[in-house]
Amino acid sequence: MKILVCISNVPDTTTKITFTDNNTQFNTNGVQFILNPYDEIALARAIELTDGGNGSVTVINVGEVNTEATIRKALAIGATDAVRINAKPHDAWFVAFQVAQYIKANPFDLILTGRESIDYNGSKVAGMLGELLDLPSVSIIKKLDIEGGNAIVEREIEGGKEVLTIPLPFVAGTAEGVAEPKIPNMRGIMSARTKPLTVVEPVEVKTFSEVTGYETPAPRGQVKLVSAGEADKLVELLHTEARVI
Amino acid sequence: MSVLIYAENAEGKFKKSTFEAVSYARAIADQNNTNLIAISIGDVNGTELAALGKYGAEKVLNVSNEKLKNFVNQAYASVIADAAKKEGADIVVLSNSFSGRGLAPRIGVKLEAGVADGAVSLPELDGGKFKVKKTAFSGKAFAIVELTSANKVISLTPNAYKVVEKGSAATIEDFNPETKPSDFKAMMKEIVRSADKVSLPDADIVVSGGRGLKGPENWGMVEELAGLLGAALACSKPVSDAGWRPHSEHVGQTGIAVSPNLYIAIGISGAIQHLAGVSSSKVIVVINKDADAPFFKVADYGIVGDAFEVVPKLIEAIKEYKASA
Repeated sequence: MKILVCISNVPDTTTKITFTDNNTQFNTNGVQFILNPYDEIALARAIELTDGGNGSVTVINVGEVNTEATIRKALAIGATDAVRINAKPHDAWFVAFQVAQYIKANPFDLILTGRESIDYNGSKVAGMLGELLDLPSVSIIKKLDIEGGNAIVEREIEGGKEVLTIPLPFVAGTAEGVAEPKIPNMRGIMSARTKPLTVVEPVEVKTFSEVTGYETPAPRGQVKLVSAGEADKLVELLHTEARVI
Repeated sequence: MSVLIYAENAEGKFKKSTFEAVSYARAIADQNNTNLIAISIGDVNGTELAALGKYGAEKVLNVSNEKLKNFVNQAYASVIADAAKKEGADIVVLSNSFSGRGLAPRIGVKLEAGVADGAVSLPELDGGKFKVKKTAFSGKAFAIVELTSANKVISLTPNAYKVVEKGSAATIEDFNPETKPSDFKAMMKEIVRSADKVSLPDADIVVSGGRGLKGPENWGMVEELAGLLGAALACSKPVSDAGWRPHSEHVGQTGIAVSPNLYIAIGISGAIQHLAGVSSSKVIVVINKDADAPFFKVADYGIVGDAFEVVPKLIEAIKEYKASA
């Protein structure tokens, strides 16, 4: 089975998010970039599914040369080879379009993304890939098994879940529950340096959105403390002052 | 031009998040001096459909095809995009629910539309530009996204826009678009809904527990508190990682982002990743025995104390409040 895992290079989860140039640019000064945590789940499951020589796992990233450290990390975790499409990831549509072009020329049995990237949280690339390739897609799955030529997935819904059978190839965005992220071992780290990383130039595509600025959430006022013995006072404040109960 | 809203139902009933999305779509239609058409797919009765008019839909397209009774991502996306074309709708609005996240990108591609996911307020229309504010960096910030395409798809974050009742009953029109077999490759085998559980992503009130609760056996009081408030249950990452609670309850940067009216955090210190997922809650209450817990810095109300003493007292106080109300 040939699996493609789409990966993003995102700010570390502990990053304090700030902006520059009158709130129009994300301040990357001092920010460490990591493999998107949801993509780590996709990669871990792809490695499990191809365990024992049962196929290959290719990782693909749309990014400039500075994302190669993250791509090497994915190779160290256990991906077979990697592709970097040499362009700034303008938006989800741009990324999905580039990846879809690659897949049309190099078909895969299963295409995985993380459920969202932790920078723009769009949950869009999986669905867009599905549409561009005319394949079924499930944007957020929490379980993935392969039986014969079918995937058995659990999809999250509000207050429950759905179990679906989907013929391969298909596209899914992985969430927690699909697999535990893997930590690279020394052998993986050594071999990552020599695994193939192909750089592909992007194709031209019209874009439909621009990020024009950022805002940070309004700071909250000082916390109002209620003493441990006065739970009734808290209830009263929530009712009369905050008006939430 | 017009605005099309996909009115999502759960077992034949529209949810609050659907009414929020209809109200939001009505306001967008007003901004653009145009009509609002709703589309409903599945088994929904006439009274329920007509009620969408109360929130501002003038017309409801009702798709009650047996094949489309249950959610099929690909087929639903095709039907909604067909409806947009038929009605000449250039703006499609959805709720940013689990299903909405599956549909929005597919509809966007079909209509060659820019997609603004997770909108938190009405678009700003200045000088012919169309800008949408959306959550970014997992709740640590907002991004302003300009949609530059002629067609636009917007999904609305639950609890971000208030339900507004204006309007009357909507006219209902049957809509029977042609479906293609390749849209039905995904087969639903089973659907499981926990009827007694409040759904977390669109809950009004969330009660959340952390490592301070010491073990899964101590969740009884958290469940009781949530039950009294009609709240959804949530937890921090260490709790779901330890298997005390399911991953579906994990709130934070790598779990679910929530924006309830009230978020009650019990025994959660407030790591930056957890705060990201709850920062758009309207009111935050923190119960923690450590007065220096970072969570108190972003809380509106707090009690410094042992959860095992405070929570039972809070339960008693809420019972008294409910008895007197």
